[in-house]
Amino acid sequence: MTPSTASSVREPRVKAKQRPGDRIFAGSTLTAGTLILAMLAAVAAFLVIQSIPAVTTDPGEIPILAGETFWSYVAPLVFGTLWSAALALLMAIPVSIGIALFISHYAPRRLAQGLGYVIDLLAAVPSVVFGLWGANVLAPAVQPFYSWLTETMGWFPLFAPPASGTGRTILTASIVLAVMVLPIITALSREVFLQTPVLHEEAALALGATKWEMIRTAVLPFGRPGIVSASMLGLGRALGETMAVAMVLSASGGINFALLTSSNPGTIAANIALSFPEAFGTNVNVLIATGLLLFAITLVVNSIARWIIARRKEFSGAN
Amino acid sequence: MSKRIEVNDLDVYYGKFKAVEGVTLSIEPRSVTAFIGPSGCGKSTFIRTLNRMHEVIPGAHVDGEVLIDGDNLYAPGVDPVLVRRQIGMVFQRPNPFPTMSIRENVLAGVKLNNRRISRSDADDLVEGSLKGANLWNEVRDRLDRPGSGLSGGQQQRLCIARAIAVQPDIILMDEPCSALDPISTLAIEDLIEEMKKDYTIVIVTHNMQQASRVSDRTAFFNIAGTGKPGKLIEYDDTTTMFSNPSVQATEDYVSGRFG
Repeated sequence: MTPSTASSVREPRVKAKQRPGDRIFAGSTLTAGTLILAMLAAVAAFLVIQSIPAVTTDPGEIPILAGETFWSYVAPLVFGTLWSAALALLMAIPVSIGIALFISHYAPRRLAQGLGYVIDLLAAVPSVVFGLWGANVLAPAVQPFYSWLTETMGWFPLFAPPASGTGRTILTASIVLAVMVLPIITALSREVFLQTPVLHEEAALALGATKWEMIRTAVLPFGRPGIVSASMLGLGRALGETMAVAMVLSASGGINFALLTSSNPGTIAANIALSFPEAFGTNVNVLIATGLLLFAITLVVNSIARWIIARRKEFSGAN
Repeated sequence: MSKRIEVNDLDVYYGKFKAVEGVTLSIEPRSVTAFIGPSGCGKSTFIRTLNRMHEVIPGAHVDGEVLIDGDNLYAPGVDPVLVRRQIGMVFQRPNPFPTMSIRENVLAGVKLNNRRISRSDADDLVEGSLKGANLWNEVRDRLDRPGSGLSGGQQQRLCIARAIAVQPDIILMDEPCSALDPISTLAIEDLIEEMKKDYTIVIVTHNMQQASRVSDRTAFFNIAGTGKPGKLIEYDDTTTMFSNPSVQATEDYVSGRFG
């Protein structure tokens, strides 16, 4: 067909042959994809519908609020959730990257494999176990250190006295959280680091990079989106962790940055777990509303992470 | 700049496997030397011993010496990192750092060497290096774009710019054109011809026309069979190697009768 006739006579486009196997497979992946959206929508709908009474009912009629408004009830919990998760990530990310780099670039192959298994195993430990360990082993062990810290460094706001007598402070809870998110961040970062193209590593070495400089110029920039994703998964776990925090943290206080005192803000998830057994009526709605807030926080944090990754997309090496 | 390379009885091993055996040759400054030979004959392995890049592979080591203007690269106490700063390398596939812009790529080596460099010096160096790699006119208005957005041939010239930005004495090229189209290949070959004025250049190539076009001297490597070490068969002026080689195997290879 010449170009002149192409515009006047348009043949119907020939459809590619459809094979049953392809259609079945495409259909099943579509189902799987829709399912996850449907589940997310169902959870969100449940949270929203059940939350409405918590905000519309007069606070005086909801016993759990003890006369406060819903927002002043939830504010310390939101703060506690974010603060403990941030502290946990602050401790976990550098250590995780260190372990991941050790496994991917420094350890002899055999040791690296063994270490990889141990890390994966750590991810499989139930959170109750971490909670028991945190409350019964870690907290008493760090308490004397906390006392010492408040005495010598008390002028520093984070270490303001008085030290908690049990050691079950927000810092202890964050340490437990850090241990819990460590395996996730480590395992994912390790995978990303291992995928750094040899070509780029050699490019750096050939320019006269030392091993550390090679890692800094080739491995870490290449792995950056992966590190961010891994940290976000870890953050998701830290934000939502219920059992371990409920067992370790003795929550009582309001918004308070001091790490070592006995007045610590609770977290949303732990507060739901602790309050739920005795909750009834509109109290349940209040707890569900806090859950909705946690859901929203996680969503926002994840979106920020996506945005961070997308911002440098053209420099990611994916093109 | 531009130094002489002398190799004395060099054996290269990967663990217990001897990959290259008994290479002795000397390469003049300001010349282009091509290594040719069939796949697996050890020419890539050998070129990587000239800047100690083969040591990146665990278990790789050498016997013998490589003298750069009389200094043995393999003398005790020589730091491979410092060796690689003086001997640049360009690889088979273009490998600009994907996370860096064109400008950052050119400066990558300089920054590694822990030299503090003022902004205007950096600008000059970027311009000079990119001009030296015949890339300046194509990228001058997009220096802050990612290097991975360039075409394959441009990426390879960016890699050359990155290598010459640290002002090495010698530049090694391991099949620099094998992933490129003929026009990009021509651009690189022209560039090699120009760079010869300032550097000692060693190039591994599978393309015999390329060897005859760009090089002054040619070395032919071959192996007796799989699992046997590669050997330097003949080393002579390129014109002699392609018109009147003294070894039958060389003649068979350059005339296309095998390999």
